[in-house]
Amino acid sequence: MSDHTQHASHGTMGRLMIGFALAAILTIIPFALVMGEVEMERTTLIGIIMGLGAVQIIVHLVYFLHVSGDSEEGWTLGSTLLAIIILFIVLAGSLWVMHNMNVNMMPMPDMDQMLNLQSQQG
Amino acid sequence: MSPLDVTQPAPATGAGAAAGHDAHGGHHASPTPIGFWIYLMSDCIIFGALFATYAVLGYNYAGGPGPKDLFEPGFVAVETALLLFSSITFGLGMLQADKGRLNGTLMWLVVTGLLGAGFIAMEIYEFRHLIHIGAGPDRSAFLSAFFVLVGTHGLHVTGGLIWLITLVIQLRMHGLIGANMRRLGTLSMFWHFLDLVWIGVFSFVYLVRLI
Repeated sequence: MSDHTQHASHGTMGRLMIGFALAAILTIIPFALVMGEVEMERTTLIGIIMGLGAVQIIVHLVYFLHVSGDSEEGWTLGSTLLAIIILFIVLAGSLWVMHNMNVNMMPMPDMDQMLNLQSQQG
Repeated sequence: MSPLDVTQPAPATGAGAAAGHDAHGGHHASPTPIGFWIYLMSDCIIFGALFATYAVLGYNYAGGPGPKDLFEPGFVAVETALLLFSSITFGLGMLQADKGRLNGTLMWLVVTGLLGAGFIAMEIYEFRHLIHIGAGPDRSAFLSAFFVLVGTHGLHVTGGLIWLITLVIQLRMHGLIGANMRRLGTLSMFWHFLDLVWIGVFSFVYLVRLI
């Protein structure tokens, strides 16, 4: 087996178990926070859950998908970073544009109320 | 990174050939892993667009039920556990394949397939239940975005299961030959990637909306 391509890409038992332990902890904490109905500021709680999710994505990339600067002469890492930049533009851009549009829209009658009236009449 | 690196002689050409790779020159045994990775990144952008759709439309209930009426954190926790365990069992199968143990590889692949099938069964149950109580994708923009995002992920997992069954048959027919090792490596990437997308789903689609 060539050490370079084979073993580097499939990892070792140790790395798999470290990844599993980290992923399990990072999954259990947010579920425990929500299911235990922890008393905390709403925005703080959202921040914690999203932050732990982001950390867990990195854990999966490093320990399960073996993304590193070495694999495929850096092209794996390069394409991953490009995807992350595009994702950021798509997500942040959509939210920003749609928020601006909502703020600048003409005031409309409450759609929920209109629909309720319609269903009552129908 | 520099083009000069490509022209360097492969350090272990003989070993690379023994491992069953087609030598396309240099120490690039096969262009498949990097090509498949680029496909996964483009898939990632599809999911990103669907996440953005959910972020924008996720609060438009049209007078219908919201996340707190519909989502059950315990149910999602079991789905998450199934997918995370299936990722680990696939990793264990890959380690067996690296050691050249066919039976161990097949056993872990079957376990992975069962866990994945359990996940899909739960998702189909959830979708059926939601549609049955009148919270289908036609109810509100929130539910449309939810069904498209979670459904796309579910379709990917279903595709992965079909691929996995095919690979089990190929492994039984031909054993751990080079081509099958390459297929195992690619499916491994696909499977771990789907687990990665699910992190976004359980955090952003379910948990955050239940606070």
